[in-house]
Amino acid sequence: MRTLLIVTVWLYFAVLLIGPIAYLCAQAFGEGLAIFLNEVMRPEAVHGFWLTAEITLIVLLVNLLFGTMTAMVLARQRFWGQTFLSGLVDLPFSVSPVITGFMLILLVGPGTILGTWFGTMDIKILYALPAMILVTLFVTFPFVVRELTPILMAIGTDSEEAARTLGANEWQIFLRVTLPAIRWGMAYGATLTIARAIGEFGAVLVVSGNILQLTQTATLHIYQSYVDFNYVGAYAVAAVLLAVSFLILIVLELVKARSSVMTDRSPQMVIP
Amino acid sequence: MKIEVRELSKYFGSVEAVSSVSFTVKEGELLGLLGPSGSGKTTVLRMIAGLEFPSSGDIFIDQVRVNDLSVQQRNIGFVFQHYALFKHMTVSENVAFGLSIKKWAKREIHQRVADLLQLMGLPGLGGRYPHQLSGGQRQRVAIARALAPRPSVLLLDEPFGAVDAQVRQELREWLIRLHDELAVTSLFVTHDQEEAMEVSNRLIVFSKGRLEQIGSPSEVYEDPATEFVARFIGSMNIVEAEVKQGVAHVAGLEFPAPDFSDGHRIRIGFRPYYIKLSEDSHHFRLQARLRHVYFLGVAYRLEIETEHGLILRSRMNKEEFRQRRFEVGAAVSYAITHFRILPQDHRPLPSTPRITDSPLTP
Repeated sequence: MRTLLIVTVWLYFAVLLIGPIAYLCAQAFGEGLAIFLNEVMRPEAVHGFWLTAEITLIVLLVNLLFGTMTAMVLARQRFWGQTFLSGLVDLPFSVSPVITGFMLILLVGPGTILGTWFGTMDIKILYALPAMILVTLFVTFPFVVRELTPILMAIGTDSEEAARTLGANEWQIFLRVTLPAIRWGMAYGATLTIARAIGEFGAVLVVSGNILQLTQTATLHIYQSYVDFNYVGAYAVAAVLLAVSFLILIVLELVKARSSVMTDRSPQMVIP
Repeated sequence: MKIEVRELSKYFGSVEAVSSVSFTVKEGELLGLLGPSGSGKTTVLRMIAGLEFPSSGDIFIDQVRVNDLSVQQRNIGFVFQHYALFKHMTVSENVAFGLSIKKWAKREIHQRVADLLQLMGLPGLGGRYPHQLSGGQRQRVAIARALAPRPSVLLLDEPFGAVDAQVRQELREWLIRLHDELAVTSLFVTHDQEEAMEVSNRLIVFSKGRLEQIGSPSEVYEDPATEFVARFIGSMNIVEAEVKQGVAHVAGLEFPAPDFSDGHRIRIGFRPYYIKLSEDSHHFRLQARLRHVYFLGVAYRLEIETEHGLILRSRMNKEEFRQRRFEVGAAVSYAITHFRILPQDHRPLPSTPRITDSPLTP
């Protein structure tokens, strides 16, 4: 019985995870390392990687800043409309990315009030970097907030008040007491944000226009290559993205393991 | 006068948590704020610290009005019930926190931390993290951390509430010794009357946001200012009696009450050890039946039912009880040697004379 269960779990993993990943790698390297490198080093691919990196970095920074701020406010303050805002945090999870893209088009597309206004100001939102960043922000918004809000609630305000009685100002309290307590939650939220930002496709496709070497991210490049029957190119770039995600995961696990040995094993430090 | 509180009130919304409380704390005193949970004592402590702000009234520390000063400016040390240690810092880093905020020199911080760990009985534990310490050790680290920047007063919120009974006893004795040594003015909150009596030089009894009594533990115990205090501190038999020609009558008992006019209903209290019992039913004038005997460790509590149906509690020390021949269910005689007419504070009395019971029944 026990063996059966274990075998089932192995099979499940094999079918869902290991198989596709192995197949992807096999396809990417199937025609040799030279071809793989050639595909990955193509100007369109390199541009895609850079654009993805750029969007991811900006989205990550904004999310860490505003996500942490939002979580602090939601967990610590009592204000009118709080339940409404808390409920709203999850909204991006339930909205299809394609619809997210269309919402932005409806908001700032040509002919709309906002779109016309940005047009007269000569600011390009749609089919340019700003729109791509905005939709990626939208889809990744919940990660940091959802990770930090429960942690902040669990750690309470006692140690922050203790720091206050010891003379620390609000900034010192945040840097020396609150931040260390939530850093693993932040790291985890950041990892999820990065993974999602790198992988985002639908929303970005809708608002970017998928313009070669201009608004084509790595995932859009994969899609384009596939559509253009360049399967090896698609697999090669996909393999690189996969490797990046995997690497982030490993780094996070390593840092987490070391830090929990050094400091605390209390519940709020345990990341799900 | 180290701390002075004048007509302090605090509302949370429309709820009055603290109602016009005034008291002073003398230099070097160890003063206990005692009251049941929700009586507003912690709110008073937090207002003195600057963690809450009063709705009205004034707070003075060292003759300076501190109402408008932030926590950081008040130079107080605060100890939280659940330690509130910084979990990601070692014991030494925790104790050093306030000093590094105040920009002490590295060498002086090092020296101060070492001295405090020595004083707290925690030498050699400086490198540990809070999760590697016992509850008692954590609370001592919390006290060391609060004392490190040399606060002018030390405020402790239920300091031993989160540790188990045996450690709590050790910590109390340790706190008394520490206070004797440092003589820092200290104010601590507790709901445990035994703890308050044992630790405090003076204590303040709170109920429902109001100050009921201030006094030394023995004053509060022997001379309760209100019925609440009489019930809350120690155990007391309380009966309601009607005055007729200068004597209060209830269920066959008579208490002289010359200051009250006829028809007045007053409440009479007497501690269990003021009821003398005899197994000889003719030894005392009053008759009763022994209902139950409880062993309390250092003494026995004897519950009697008087011939008029009142249930009263008496107390007898172990040696005396063991020389006597009491039998549950047998007739006894009794006398009440001392009683008090309780101050009127208009709280309803339970319909049957109910006797509050608590661990402290000397």
